[in-house]
Amino acid sequence: MSSNEWPLWEVFIRSKQGLSHKHVGSLRAADAENAINNARDVYTRRSEGISIWVVESKLVAASDPKEADSLFDPADTKIYRHPTFYDVPDGIMHM
Amino acid sequence: MNKQEAILEYTLRIADDSLILGHRVSEWCGHGPILEEDIALTNIALDLIGQATNFFDYAAKVQDQGKTCDDLAFLRLEREYKNVLLVEQKNGHFGDTLARQFFFDVFRKSYFEALSKSADKDLAGIAEKSLKETKYHLKHSSEWMIRLGDGTQESHDKIQESVNHLWKFTDELFFMDQVDELLIKENIAVDLESFKSAWTSYIKEIFQEATLTIPTNGWQQAGGRKGLHSEHMGYALAELQYMQRAYPNMQW
Repeated sequence: MSSNEWPLWEVFIRSKQGLSHKHVGSLRAADAENAINNARDVYTRRSEGISIWVVESKLVAASDPKEADSLFDPADTKIYRHPTFYDVPDGIMHM
Repeated sequence: MNKQEAILEYTLRIADDSLILGHRVSEWCGHGPILEEDIALTNIALDLIGQATNFFDYAAKVQDQGKTCDDLAFLRLEREYKNVLLVEQKNGHFGDTLARQFFFDVFRKSYFEALSKSADKDLAGIAEKSLKETKYHLKHSSEWMIRLGDGTQESHDKIQESVNHLWKFTDELFFMDQVDELLIKENIAVDLESFKSAWTSYIKEIFQEATLTIPTNGWQQAGGRKGLHSEHMGYALAELQYMQRAYPNMQW
């Protein structure tokens, strides 16, 4: 990898009706302001969103895929963690 | 010259500026230095062509000779185009293009802000819509001026040279004649003198951060508004008009 490359940034966009920023891709830019402008040009052309977050890729810490089974599989067999044994009364709308 | 003729001439000037600059910037399509800037420049070109379309539609209506916006955009002769010389200059390298864009954007932001208050509802409407795009164009070009100026020695030298070369075309942005005089009285046209100093001080502010200087040689070039274009205009029109002239009335 050439050391002349601009740093890589991960781009997150929140849509007009959305509550959370979703990851849409990445791009290279010289700095944060440049990254936001580039994200606006590349990732919001078709009204995909109204808010942009950019984070330098090197600042994103991620779980190791090789550890996926020990991190996530144990939760599968623990049904007592889900609140599924309650009778929800008829009047309640959003549960 | 009556009011209708003045409005037509006035609208064609704005339309031609957007058309020719949009055409020039569109030449970057597929040739941008990086993917993101290729898209940014083509977006800017599309915005400008969109503005031109709106202005030409209105001009055709005012002219009332049954012409369409395409007829006006593609089929006039060189001396009938009234764009300023700045917009027809060649793209050069990325810095040349951004410097040209920067001088134009600073002007257009103030201009559209003022024109959106015009007594002519059509012009005001187009200006208001175009202003949002223009604010983004200005943000984009200002930030590039800063990064290129306050960048490496090479980028600094190149962008300073672009500035030195294009400075002589900036005065013409503020050109006014009897067309403007007549329409300013009707509260239709904008008095360009009213924001000339704001234009200069914004540029000085950005140049300060960009460690760039305004050329001391004050010599200015003009002629575009009178249809007297530079040697580059013919080539630009040859490409712009080719399809319409080779295949008259083509549909697609």
